[in-house]
Amino acid sequence: MAILEVNNIHAYYGNIQALRGISVTVEEGEIVTLIGANGAGKTTTLRAISRLVNPREGSIQFDGEDLSQFKAHELVYKGVAMVPEGRGIFAKLTVGENLDMGAFSRDDSANIQEDLERVFDLFPRLKERRSQVAGTLSGGEQQMLATGRALMANPRLLLMDEPSMGLAPVLVESVFETIQRINKEGTTILLVEQNAMMAFQVANRGYVLQTGEIVLSDSVENLRQNEMVQKAYLGVE
Amino acid sequence: MFKKQTIVIQDIIKLGLLAGLISLSMSVIGFIALLGERELIQNVISMGHVFLLAPPIALAYISAEKVLSQSKVKATLFGLLLGIITALPLVILVILASSFDIRQFLVNVSPELIELLTFGQGIFLGSVILLLVSGVAGLLAAGLRTLPDDFREPIITGLAWVFLFGLFSEILLGRLRSIFGRGLTKLIFSGKALNPLFTVFLFIVVAALRYWSKRRRLQAEERGESISPERQQRYQRIRIVLGVVTLLLMPLILGTYLSEVMNNVGLYILMGLGLNIVVGFAGLLDLGYVAFFAIGAYIMGILTSEGQLGLGFTFWTALPFTVIGSTLFGIILGIPVLRMRGDYLAIVTLGFGEIIRILALSDMLKPFIGGAQGVLQIPKPSIFGFDLVKPEYLYYIILIGVLLAWFISWRLRDSRLGRQWMAMREDEDVAEAMGINLVNTKLLAFATGAAFSGLSGGIFASKLTSIFPHSFNLIVSINVLSLIIVGGIGSLPGVVVGALILVGLPELLREFAEHRMLMYGALLIVMMLARPEGFWPSETIKRELHAHEELEMGSD
Repeated sequence: MAILEVNNIHAYYGNIQALRGISVTVEEGEIVTLIGANGAGKTTTLRAISRLVNPREGSIQFDGEDLSQFKAHELVYKGVAMVPEGRGIFAKLTVGENLDMGAFSRDDSANIQEDLERVFDLFPRLKERRSQVAGTLSGGEQQMLATGRALMANPRLLLMDEPSMGLAPVLVESVFETIQRINKEGTTILLVEQNAMMAFQVANRGYVLQTGEIVLSDSVENLRQNEMVQKAYLGVE
Repeated sequence: MFKKQTIVIQDIIKLGLLAGLISLSMSVIGFIALLGERELIQNVISMGHVFLLAPPIALAYISAEKVLSQSKVKATLFGLLLGIITALPLVILVILASSFDIRQFLVNVSPELIELLTFGQGIFLGSVILLLVSGVAGLLAAGLRTLPDDFREPIITGLAWVFLFGLFSEILLGRLRSIFGRGLTKLIFSGKALNPLFTVFLFIVVAALRYWSKRRRLQAEERGESISPERQQRYQRIRIVLGVVTLLLMPLILGTYLSEVMNNVGLYILMGLGLNIVVGFAGLLDLGYVAFFAIGAYIMGILTSEGQLGLGFTFWTALPFTVIGSTLFGIILGIPVLRMRGDYLAIVTLGFGEIIRILALSDMLKPFIGGAQGVLQIPKPSIFGFDLVKPEYLYYIILIGVLLAWFISWRLRDSRLGRQWMAMREDEDVAEAMGINLVNTKLLAFATGAAFSGLSGGIFASKLTSIFPHSFNLIVSINVLSLIIVGGIGSLPGVVVGALILVGLPELLREFAEHRMLMYGALLIVMMLARPEGFWPSETIKRELHAHEELEMGSD
């Protein structure tokens, strides 16, 4: 059974329609990517799933439960965590305090400690900088922190909004390696990206969004072969 | 201007003229002449001269800091130059005043001012003396900066004490007289001025103490001694006991007038602690905070008043209703503004504050809450039939309220709720993604803030025995917000420091009449330039500022 089923959602910002019937399915254990240009509705889709935007039509089901009955802050208790766009770390708090906030929804302190070790294992840099103020980290480290903080909630589904944004190519590589590793350790990932080339390297399946609609959905192997995708997103002439 | 790493002679001329313009402005508005009547040290220097020379002294000191690395002699000579240039605009004023009748334009350029500027020595000789004195003041200030820290700090501390003793002499005089009697007071003060001998004594004692304590600390550090945890704990306990004893004896030391000032400060501390939760902890900018103070005051007033409106409660039975009532209003205001952020929130709360004031003033509610006539005949609190009429007694009730609010704030800050507030202040969306319920978190912040303010309002009503709508205008909200910014936003000791400076200090400066607000305003500007993080910033803010420094260093 699919862990996440987004069914024909329509969302609006005021009178402007941002999503025109988006349907996305994510199976347990997969990495699924949403690609598309600016304004295609990728982020809005993520915001709708995480209940920051309320779709007017359509339904979103997580693990068989209708998400519309929950508030945004309740989702993390259900097992959905988000790495927000532009990283959204608590800049004035230390790295350690940021990670603590990630586990805010939990009260099983023994397991929290275990997950902290796991995050430090994944990102040794964060362990080194544990008591440093998060605002002083480099862009790549901030991305690590935002990801690590989301993992502290021990989610079943991780929503990632453009993790490669504003990072140097070398760092982008390592970000995607980490994404793969997190997935291998058992977390399902829905990844929003503009960098289609990188996203296709890690994902199982992909959806291509254009002006609030899904124009293509397939396995990444097939998407890579698609002429339109090659032209528009992979830069192949 | 001060950001530059090196300073050349042109900068000194500019700074000198700047200092001169400040001194000149203070002179032509009559500030200097007013202060000239008041001696700081008997027959030695007047407050007028102190303030006249303060700009060149301050600027020479600051500029010497930048030149120090080049050469100490140069730094000192620059100070001399700066001081002389400062005096130039003043000399021009003196010459103009002697040649033309400039009083028709500048009414405050009085013969007294000219006499003060020329040291009573006539135009020519006086101008020369003024140039020299100002130059020497600059020279000494710059010279002081070149001294090693070991001597510089004690000297500055000594001078600061002498200045503060002289500035607040009227208040000190009154208290010393009633505690130690006239004999001892005469040794210290002659009139309002400090006795020269005592001045020297005070300076030496303070400077020596400062020198000695610093040496001791340094020596301990050199020997690598660290104070054992037990001893630290014992020191901590001694400090707490001393603090409590001081707080308890405060009214005895301060007397009636200063106790009354302290009570006002205390009520503002209570409000400040509440707003500190709303603005400092939770990051919700509330400009209508006075509303809860008003609601608390009105609930207390109506419940206890012995007049027509009153319901016959006592202070103590009404107090819980006061706090509960204002808490409820906190939640009622909170609900419509849940979706607002930042500036929008500020404007909406501003509107709420005005609505409450206008409702209190309205004819519609007049039968219940008195309209423009307010609520009268509110009794003072009493304990076991003993009315707490004097400010010295009310002090203890306010003290208990402040300590309670402090304790609650302190415990909340480090609690789970405190972390929710902190996360919400940083980023609402992310906080929500972490699983924080923004609705509850915001409402709890508004409710707690309103409770403290309502308590303050209740005590205020009982202290004044009558309340009127115009006591609850916007300026109260602004004052409370200012005091937490001046103290250091989000910091508990900061609230106390802020309230002492913003509420207490203007009272102590009453002697300076219409120039009081000028001094106060100048102080605020200087303070925000020098310490933007506040007098006693919280750890997070300190870390944030420090983090920026780290960043700047990193990018070099």
